[in-house]
Amino acid sequence: MADETKAPEQTSSGPRGGDRPGGDRPRSGGPGRGPGGPGREGGRKFFRRKKVCKFCVERIEDINYKDYRLLGQFVAESGKIVPRRLTGVCAPHQHRLSTAIKQARNIALLPFAGRAS
Amino acid sequence: MNRTYELMFIVRPDMTDEDLEKLISNLQAVVPTAGGTVKSVEKMGKRRLAYTVRRFHEGIYVLLVVEGGGAMIHELERRLRVSEPVIKFLTVRVDEEQKRLEKIKKIRDARKKVSAQPVTPAEGEVAAPAAETTATA
Repeated sequence: MADETKAPEQTSSGPRGGDRPGGDRPRSGGPGRGPGGPGREGGRKFFRRKKVCKFCVERIEDINYKDYRLLGQFVAESGKIVPRRLTGVCAPHQHRLSTAIKQARNIALLPFAGRAS
Repeated sequence: MNRTYELMFIVRPDMTDEDLEKLISNLQAVVPTAGGTVKSVEKMGKRRLAYTVRRFHEGIYVLLVVEGGGAMIHELERRLRVSEPVIKFLTVRVDEEQKRLEKIKKIRDARKKVSAQPVTPAEGEVAAPAAETTATA
């Protein structure tokens, strides 16, 4: 009996990667890499539009703590560093940007916390 | 011993110019005794601070670029910490970053030169396939 019940489960949900007790819902595995719409922002079918990394496009390599105007574009009103998925910055540049923002905060060129929070 | 550091410090806004000069020359005097060189001094002027530091809302920013070893920075920072008009300072080591930037610049310049050089042969090459395509088509 156990074999009989197992066999059909395996054939049907084999390629989907294991037995899911919730039935055969076509969950393409992985955290919403494709059209990341349904389930994320309630009603958006596709990505907003492909945001590009400002530093890659304009080829700015020197992300310094001194140019607070450039850094200020990536800081919210509350003073928080804006996440990558909103600004479209690529990973290595985001890392450098975040170090520069933290240095600028230490030398009072940028605030730690704004008025909102 | 060829580490480059950027030392940025904030001085209270009610300092006179000559006091500021005295302070900077005091700091500069430390550098050669520790075996380093001062690359540049830049007074960035009075700026509004992003947050209150020791009950000040404004400050005079000074940037000092020096070259030397870690012990020299140790001494400089000690002096800054002790001196009363300095309200904040930040030391950043920049020689690795400068090396990286120079490398990128070199690669980009080399790439530009390669693309800019062969002007006439490129025209010849472009003309030939164009002729071929028109002949065949």
